[in-house]
Parts: sequence; structure tokens; C-alpha cells
Amino acid sequence: MDVVWLQLFNGISVSSILLLIALGLAVTFGQMNVINMAHGELIMVGAYATYLTQRLFQMYLPASWFDQYFLLSILASFVAAFLIGLLLEKVLIRFLYGRPLDSLLATWGVGLVLQQLARTLFGAPNVGVKSPSWLEGGLTVTSGLSLPYKRLFILGLVAVCLLAMFLYIYRTAAGRRMRAVMQNRDMAACLGISTRRVDSMTFAIGSGLAGVAGCALTLIGPIGPTIGTYYIVDAFMVVVLGGVGKLVGTVFGALGIGLTNSLFEYWTDASLGKVLVFLCIVAFLQWKPKGFVAMRTRSLD
Amino acid sequence: MKVLQRASASRYGLATAYLLAAALLAAAPLFTSDFRLNLLAKFLAFAIAAVGLDLLWGYTGILSLGHGVFFGLGGYAMAMHLKLQASGGKLPDFMEWSGLSKLPWFWTLFQSFGMSVILGIAIPSLVALFLGYFTFRNRIRGVYFTILTQALVVISVTLITGQQAFTGGTNGITGYGELFGYSLAAPEMKIALYYVTAAVLVVVLLLSRFLVKSRFGKVLRAVRDGENRVRFLGYNPAKFQMAVFVLSAAFSGIAGMLFVLHVGIISPSMMGIVPSIEMVLWVAIGGRGTLIGAALGALLMNGAKSVFSETYPEIWLFFMGALFIVTTVFLPRGIVGLVADGWHRLRLLGRRRKGVPEHERSRYSAV
Repeated sequence: MDVVWLQLFNGISVSSILLLIALGLAVTFGQMNVINMAHGELIMVGAYATYLTQRLFQMYLPASWFDQYFLLSILASFVAAFLIGLLLEKVLIRFLYGRPLDSLLATWGVGLVLQQLARTLFGAPNVGVKSPSWLEGGLTVTSGLSLPYKRLFILGLVAVCLLAMFLYIYRTAAGRRMRAVMQNRDMAACLGISTRRVDSMTFAIGSGLAGVAGCALTLIGPIGPTIGTYYIVDAFMVVVLGGVGKLVGTVFGALGIGLTNSLFEYWTDASLGKVLVFLCIVAFLQWKPKGFVAMRTRSLD
Repeated sequence: MKVLQRASASRYGLATAYLLAAALLAAAPLFTSDFRLNLLAKFLAFAIAAVGLDLLWGYTGILSLGHGVFFGLGGYAMAMHLKLQASGGKLPDFMEWSGLSKLPWFWTLFQSFGMSVILGIAIPSLVALFLGYFTFRNRIRGVYFTILTQALVVISVTLITGQQAFTGGTNGITGYGELFGYSLAAPEMKIALYYVTAAVLVVVLLLSRFLVKSRFGKVLRAVRDGENRVRFLGYNPAKFQMAVFVLSAAFSGIAGMLFVLHVGIISPSMMGIVPSIEMVLWVAIGGRGTLIGAALGALLMNGAKSVFSETYPEIWLFFMGALFIVTTVFLPRGIVGLVADGWHRLRLLGRRRKGVPEHERSRYSAV
């Protein structure tokens, strides 16, 4: 029984990371119809920002402060990815609105450049980030079942991010503008909303969330220039499965993929499990081609 | 009348260019070393895949990031046949290492060369038909379809890597060197294989051109430009999308088979996400929706890669990233578009001097 619970917990843990990554994607895709393939590299930016924060603490601050670095690094990774996302939107993405497939290719190029930049700056081998001591160990539930604090912390972090996004989208004026642009861009523009500004803000926030995801990933393993590519395809599948337009769709997509992934991998093996998950997704799309939640609109295309 | 003459003049020019290219292709073995010829043959195989991708993306507007899989499946079909030949009735070496005692049933299909070639085309086509049927029918398209093809790449690579006993795992299938008992490394064999590849490329180009010029091709372009309108006219766009997806997967499978004959190895790393998207870049650079541009793009990009990536691997990746950005933002029609535009301008310039009225100028569009 303990094994099943552990699998379930692992599944939820994977889902939470996917959710954090896919949140930004779903928002930018839903709003601007832009596929940001460099999203994985923004994860990497967040991860390296965490690494740098740690190095700064090690070098300039007393050792007793070291354990607190992680809280600061969450902020640092968000800001770093946010700024790069903002720059990316201003310089490149805004020329590609209305051409989703082209945006995919161009951002893939950005991703390549960022990866190579990281390789030049930090070296090709992975670097380790030392987790703070208060995250070592685990919560013992039964004698055979212990939940690592790191994974629990990530769960909590994702919950906080999700709540913050929810409040931002549904409870603030900026969020209302964002939803308006998402539902009907022309109408929103007619009503005096600066869609340009909303677009850059949305893109930057999505990028920032990717940065936070990168920060969370440093708790799980070593980080390297290609850390983002490992998660990015799954994150896109979350968007396809969950649909765009509402947060609940993304949550559903992430849980669906994370849980089925870990269950199938437990029942069969890692490679067959992936195939089964893919078949399940294709089967699900037969039932709901637009994903779990589809935004209703009267436009034809 | 004058317009007609001009059009036919430019047509003659194009025909001359094509003939020149064909002659160059035919004469290449005379003046290149064995090593270069082998490289060129490999690039020609890539060009076949690129033409198929152009049919799909340039003409029908469907972007597939999964063509590496079809390429790889073709390659594996050929490699399995060659491996069985090389093992001479015994179990292939990697199966012994993984502890298999009997040849798996699906491997026995690849004992005959003809059957392997058929399967090398049929398997990619069937995979494409499966994915196409379950997506296009439900009007899953555009970016959603593209993401699904990328997921197809990930699971195929994971599956082939994971099932080491049947597929050779990460190492792929290698360690063979003979076809019908003749060494693949012999110079005569290299030249023969080169000509086979070049001939296949020409056939693929002509077939694609025929399709594009036909009614079928018109519907494809209509699907690209206004899928719903095509539906309202009484066509079923899904059927056309499926057909072109399957055809383009088959081309990639053929390319993969030829690739294995030239290179002597196929492994999961050759069908992964990065090779798949590189194929798209070839088409984008050459000029999508032009067929010949896709083939040119494949040759140029691979030529540049083999020159630069070995000497400056770091700069190459920066360069490739920049190319992705520059082509999509500034050169959506690729090199062929650039040349056509330049040619058009030149002719306009000449005509202005001769005093052709303004309203007639706009009627000449670049080919």
C-alpha cells in the first residue's frame, strides 16, 4: 500500500512542477497565440539565477545566513526570467503575432542561443545547487512511507504561485484587462485597453513563472544548460490536454499527465509508460479536441 | 504578346538552370573525392526528406516537428535488414548481449531486401496515417498538431532507447557493411548509391511538382489559406491533410533508408527533437512552398554545418539559433524568395527604362 501512496505522491509532485511550467505557456498561448519554445530556457535562467544567488551567499555573507538564500533565490529567479521575457517580447515576439508556427521556430532559435550562452558562461557540465539544510529529510507518515521535505516544499510553492496567479487574473484590474484581451482582442482594444502593454506584461509574467519553476528544479537535481528541454514537451502537452483560457484547465492537464505518467511507468516501464500516456492523450482529444476547457468564441478560425 | 514572350523567356531561363543543376548532379562523381561524394549523397538523402516536409508545411500549412521519427523508422528498417545480412543467420550481436535467445518475430520480416524497403516506406506512412487520422478528423491543427508531433518524437526516442534488446538502445544499429554481398565502402558502390539517391531525389521532386501543379495541389493550398472555406465548398480537408502527411512521411522514410546506406548507422539521436526541427530549418532557409528551395536549403545547411560545426562547434549553435530568428522574421520566403524578389526588381528596373506603363508592371509577379 505504501508503494502506491508513494507513487501517487510522486505523481502529484511531478504534476506540480509541470503545472508551474505550463501556467506561463497556457497564458501566453491563450492570449497571444504565441508558442514560446524558449520557455524551457527561461526555466534554465531561473535555475542559474538560483545557482548565482547561492554563490553570492557563499562568497560574501556569513555562513550562518546561508540557509536563508533559497527564499531570496525564488525572488531572484522570478525577476531574472521576468526581465528576459520582457526583453524577448519587446525585441522579437511582437513581430510574430498572428503567426504561431513562425513564433515557434523563432523562439526555438532564441532557445538555442540561450542554451549556448549558458554553456559559454557556466560551462557544459551540470552544476549542483546545495539545498538549504531545513529542506533535508522527510516527513514520516508511516514506517514505510516518508515524504521528502523538498517535494513538499515544491508543492507548497506551486500552490502559492497558483493562488497568486488566480488572484492576479480574476481579482485585479490588470487581470481583467488580460482576460478581456484573451477573449476578444479587437473589442478590448476598442474599449481603450492597451493590448500591447497587456501582451508584454503577460509574456513577462509567464516567463517569470518559468524562472520560479527553474528555481524549484534545483531542489530535485543538478542543473545544466539543457535542463529546460527535458520538461518543455510535457509542459506543452499539458496545454494541449488542458486547453487554454482558464486556470482550471491547466491544473487538470498537469494532474492528468503527471499522474498517468507515474502510474503507467510504475505498471510497465519508463519507455512503454510514455507511449501509453501519449495514446491516452490522443484518445482524450477524440472526445474533447480543444482540450479539457475550451474558450467559447464566435469566431470561426 | 510581349508579356507572353517575357514569361516564356524566364521559363527558358529556369529550365536551363534546372538542366544545369541536373548536369552538375550527374557529373559530381567525376571531380569529387570519395569522402566528399559520400557527404553529398547523404545531403541528397536529407533533401528528399526536406521536399516531403515542404509539401506538408509549405503547401498545406501543417508544421510537423516529427519528421525525424519517419526518417528514423525508414533508417531502422534498412539497418535491420543490413544487420541481419551481416549476422549471417546468427542472432545480431546486441541481442545476444541483452540476453535474447531467439530472433523476435518482427525482425524476421526484414530478412528480404524487398520486404525491408516496402516496410521502410509503409511503417512511417502508417504511423503518419494513425496520427493524422486521429487529429485532422477532429480538426486538431495548427500549433496543437505541431505539439503532438513533437510528443511523437519524444515517445519514439524513449521507446527505441528503452527497448534495447529489440532495437539496440542508445547505440542504435550499426556494425554492418554489405548489401547483397557487396561492400558498402567500395568506391564503385559509393558511386552507385550516390546515383540511386540523386535519381530518387529527382523523381521525388518531379512527383511533388506534378502533385503541386495538379488539382490536388490547388486544394492543398486552399486548405492552407482557408480551411473552413474549403470545407464549405464541399471538400473534406482532413482527407487531403492526411494524404499529404502520409506522403511526406513516406518521403522521409525513403530518405532514412538511403541515409543508412550512406552512413552505416542509425540511432535514436538521429531522429530526436533537434534533428527533426533542423529539417524544418532547411525548408525555411531554402524557401517554403517552392520544393526546389527545400532541397537547396537541405544541401546548403548541411554543407555549412559540415564545414563549420567541426571547427567552431560553439559558434555554429549561435549561428543556427540566429538563423531560425532571422529567417522567420526577415526572410519568410527563404533564399528562393530572396532570389525571386531580386530577379523581379531587376526586370522592373529594366522595364521602367523601356517605358512600360505602371499598371502593367504590377502584373508580373515573381515565380
